[in-house]
Amino acid sequence: MEQILANGLYLGAQYALIALGLTLIFSLMNVLNFAHGQMYVFGGFVTYTVVAQLGLPFIVGLVASAIVLAVMGALIEKFLFRPVIRRSKRDESTMLLAAGIAFFLDALILLLFGEKQRGVPKIVNGVFNWDMRLIMPYDRILIAMLAVALIVGFILFMQYSRTGRAMRALAQDRMAAQLMGVDVDRYSMIGFALGAMLAGLVGGLLVTITGINLGMGGPTSVKAFLMIMIGGAGVISGAIAGGFILGMMESIGLTLLAAYGDVTYLVIFVTLMIFLAIRPQGLMGKPWG
Amino acid sequence: MTDQTQSVPQTRLSATRLAGVLAFLVAVFVLVPAFIALTGRWDFYYTLTSVALLSVAAAGVWLTFYIGRINIGQGAYALTGGYVSAILITQYGVSFWLTLPLAGIFCALVSVGIGLPILRLRGVYFAMVTLVLTEVARLTALALPVTNGAKGITSIPLPGELSILGLTIIPDFATLANPKLAFYLMAAVLMVVTYLVLWRIVNSRLGHLCRSLQQNEELSASIGVNTAMLRVLAYAISSFFGGLAGAIFVAISQSIYPSSFVVQDSVNFMLYCFLGGLGYVFGPMLGTLLLYFGWDLLSVAKQYQLLIYSGALIALMLVLPNGVLSLLDRKGGRK
Repeated sequence: MEQILANGLYLGAQYALIALGLTLIFSLMNVLNFAHGQMYVFGGFVTYTVVAQLGLPFIVGLVASAIVLAVMGALIEKFLFRPVIRRSKRDESTMLLAAGIAFFLDALILLLFGEKQRGVPKIVNGVFNWDMRLIMPYDRILIAMLAVALIVGFILFMQYSRTGRAMRALAQDRMAAQLMGVDVDRYSMIGFALGAMLAGLVGGLLVTITGINLGMGGPTSVKAFLMIMIGGAGVISGAIAGGFILGMMESIGLTLLAAYGDVTYLVIFVTLMIFLAIRPQGLMGKPWG
Repeated sequence: MTDQTQSVPQTRLSATRLAGVLAFLVAVFVLVPAFIALTGRWDFYYTLTSVALLSVAAAGVWLTFYIGRINIGQGAYALTGGYVSAILITQYGVSFWLTLPLAGIFCALVSVGIGLPILRLRGVYFAMVTLVLTEVARLTALALPVTNGAKGITSIPLPGELSILGLTIIPDFATLANPKLAFYLMAAVLMVVTYLVLWRIVNSRLGHLCRSLQQNEELSASIGVNTAMLRVLAYAISSFFGGLAGAIFVAISQSIYPSSFVVQDSVNFMLYCFLGGLGYVFGPMLGTLLLYFGWDLLSVAKQYQLLIYSGALIALMLVLPNGVLSLLDRKGGRK
């Protein structure tokens, strides 16, 4: 039991971090970022390159992932999303663009890093063992701690910094924020960069444990969509809740349903659809926000 | 919202419009086979057959766009339709031609059950749920015993003879010298019929009501439109097309696996609609042709194929954010 809960928390911390980036981009720009999973994979490969190929310490790799992805996010917002949003008749046109970017990143990853599964050596050795009731390798604990620290840091940033306040105002009401003198273009760009950076950071964190490969992008995006649907799209607390709920469901489901074959995700999906039929805006979302 | 009303095709068949349709039919049924026979590029038949079938499924996606819903779940219905057809043929010995409408109707019924709750969702919520639906379909196909799990259903016989009162209408595909051509003609006929139906729907009372949903659901509900029924109806028609396309795909590849239609395919159907232009009935057909055929032609670029393809997609989106057919809009504005 303790083991299941610990696994759930560990998964949940990573998931929440992925969902945070996606929900941030969605709340600011009303864009469903299909390329989020690809950004996560890209971040993982950057860390892999820095740590395993250049031989630099892990933290440098993590910082490099964050910077590369933040710059990429800012450029994507400025040169791709902004002109399309301005000129298209329907909001949904950005979906085609986002899907195109997802393909593009896939192609870029394939050309730059190849299609092989990559990983970096463990950053800490040893396994935490509590009476055989709870077994957890130290590096997983460290990664989970880092993830939680990043989530807390992100919340504090959104809550108390000037930039965070501006972005929250933007998410609440774009027009009103603009009238109050918030530089909408600038903060949209910062928000997109921040969202992409979070995806890159998770990739960098997880490359030490699960490794990374080209095919992980799409499924990660689908999982991230699930999380923000559970919590409510565009709400930060909802994304965190959604991440931890999905992590727990996966952990519990894998243990309970192991006897029936690979049906955990089927059960999760069906549960989610029933849940959404009753509460379409998710746990904390605004109705049709 | 004026642009949407402008772009609706006129109900009246003008002479130029009729000529355009005739030219299109000649191109599809005469020029393409002639061109392929001349150049000997028989592989184009497979590509063009795929284009025709994918555009049938994309027509369904387009119809859900028409009621203001982003549908990224057409892959689920294509998979369902394919499995219905495959199971009926291999296990119950039903004729392929009979399984075709049955697959469509089965998908339509399923979509009514699923659509009733989820069509209450809007915007990205609906989009994300339908995306998940594709995964549900794949996982269900893996888990159910009747679908034979990951091994799939293979060696499905080619479509047999279709005859009425002893009169052969469509010969047995296995006896044909060139089943590729037969499949192409079948898919092309289906495509033409589908778009004819779609065009008719859009220009009927139903189409006008759908447009009212797209623009403002509350307003149309307040003046007495049964929005809930209308949404489910449009979604059911859309799924019918999806199932139909899936069933024929199975007949062509003679096999089906849970991974025959995945999230990627669902996303592609949506892209076809976007690229062609959401304001035009024939948008999805053009989008499918451009994207699928373009992808096929780009295979000469080897490892740069995806890079060029996605780069072109992004560039096209920057230049024409409202779809390729929005070029027609501009011309109309200059008059």
